[in-house]
Amino acid sequence: MRHPGRWLAVAVLAVLAAMLVNTILTNDGFRWPVVGEYLFSGPVLNGLRNTLVLTVLSMAIGIVGGIGLAVMRLSPNPVLSSVSAVYIWLFRGTPLIAQLLFWNFLAALYPRLALGIPFGPEFISFDTNQLINQFAACLLGLGLNEAAYMAEIVRGGLQSVDDGQTEAAGALGMSRSQTLRRIVLPQAMRVIIPPTGNETISMLKTTSLVVVIGYFELLTSVQRIYSTNFQTIPLLIVAAAWYLALTSLLSIGQGFVERHYGRGTSRGPTGSRLFSRAPEQGTATG
Amino acid sequence: MTTPMVEAVQVHKSFGRVEVLRGIDLTVMPGEVACVIGPSGSGKSTFLRCINHLERIDAGAMRVDGELIGYREAGGRLHELRESEVARQRRDIGMVFQRFNLFPHKTAAENVMEAPRTVRREPRRAARERAMALLDRVGLSDKYDSYPAQLSGGQQQRVAIARALAMQPRLMLFDEPTSALDPELVGEVLDVMRGLAGEGMTMVVVTHEMGFAREVGDTLVFMDEGRIVEAGQPRDVLGNPQHERTQAFLSKVL
Repeated sequence: MRHPGRWLAVAVLAVLAAMLVNTILTNDGFRWPVVGEYLFSGPVLNGLRNTLVLTVLSMAIGIVGGIGLAVMRLSPNPVLSSVSAVYIWLFRGTPLIAQLLFWNFLAALYPRLALGIPFGPEFISFDTNQLINQFAACLLGLGLNEAAYMAEIVRGGLQSVDDGQTEAAGALGMSRSQTLRRIVLPQAMRVIIPPTGNETISMLKTTSLVVVIGYFELLTSVQRIYSTNFQTIPLLIVAAAWYLALTSLLSIGQGFVERHYGRGTSRGPTGSRLFSRAPEQGTATG
Repeated sequence: MTTPMVEAVQVHKSFGRVEVLRGIDLTVMPGEVACVIGPSGSGKSTFLRCINHLERIDAGAMRVDGELIGYREAGGRLHELRESEVARQRRDIGMVFQRFNLFPHKTAAENVMEAPRTVRREPRRAARERAMALLDRVGLSDKYDSYPAQLSGGQQQRVAIARALAMQPRLMLFDEPTSALDPELVGEVLDVMRGLAGEGMTMVVVTHEMGFAREVGDTLVFMDEGRIVEAGQPRDVLGNPQHERTQAFLSKVL
């Protein structure tokens, strides 16, 4: 045998896998019929819908806000740059749960919110509790917090693009915003997307924190069910199955997006050459 | 009297405490090719980058076709132009970089179309047709849809020249356009530049290619330590340098 160590490892893993399959099938504690009963039940699907809506909207706020904050952070204007730095410091430096509670109880601080001229007359004013309901507080908490993390991810991406690109675009007479949109951001995307995929998958599960302000999503729905029927393990399996399904979908989607922004790079996804078995020979450069 | 295409008057530039340009005077007339040579660190690339305001000058004046670049004069003082006005001035000045700086996520044709499409709002079809004509002109008829990574260095630099020409510039700046190329690829890029000069394009070329400077250049400028040491007809400067620093430099490179 040429690789005795490798064969030994394979054998050990095969035995462990067999034991795992065996226990999953034979241990009655898993209660697979209960899992099947609840997988597509109304409350679970309701929670799933909220998880999806919160994830999509929070990530949208996070990505758009993150791009804005990153551009501000890199601005030559010291005021814009510092405002962005303070925002990132504040929102990354305080617990998300505290931020969610803060938005939910904003009315305690400001009972009414108004639009008007600063220090001057007001045009319209709102009751804070009506304007920021539970759902809006969830979005503010999750989205604004995410924007701070996304800002650093986007900044890293923008800084990874060679300065020569900005100079070439500038020399052609393109404006700063045209250069950002058409030249720098599309190239930065290759660096931005993998960690954004991480953030999205993480957000999927972080949405369960909204329970602290009384809102509900997938995990909360499942907890409510097992707190009455005590089928804890089967219901956690229900939640886990849905999370895994969504994560799989996201990973597939991420693959497509990465391929789109990988145009023009002979290397493909970062690192694929480093870890491929037989490196391609003789690409047409130089 | 015709307006000079480039008119630099006592141009000064410092990076921090290092003075890179110490009073450059240079006039390039329309249709002329001016070649700038000199040791590295002599400020020649920096000077070139001042012509289209990629670097802001600290003192003096830079005019292109009679228009002050990067600044406007008001009440006897110079005020830096807004970014959009600088962008407008740059449209008429093409630039080719040492390291090509092609947009790697766009094909050769898309690289050439980019500025006409975004800056001039040209319709896609017209921009594409003109891009293809320009790529034909630099000898890349079969590479319209190749990405930069699929092209050789010489081919990339020719795409970069086509990209600069797409904005129909009055002036072309070349920043050591062949310095990053393998020796056997230098010729194809110089051929394109030679053709451009033959058609009457005004060009300022920072280069180490003495043969090109001698053959194509109308003026040769030797720079050292932020000053123009010697300037004149290439034949004279190369064949009979007056200044000892020019002699020392040329004895090393020729």
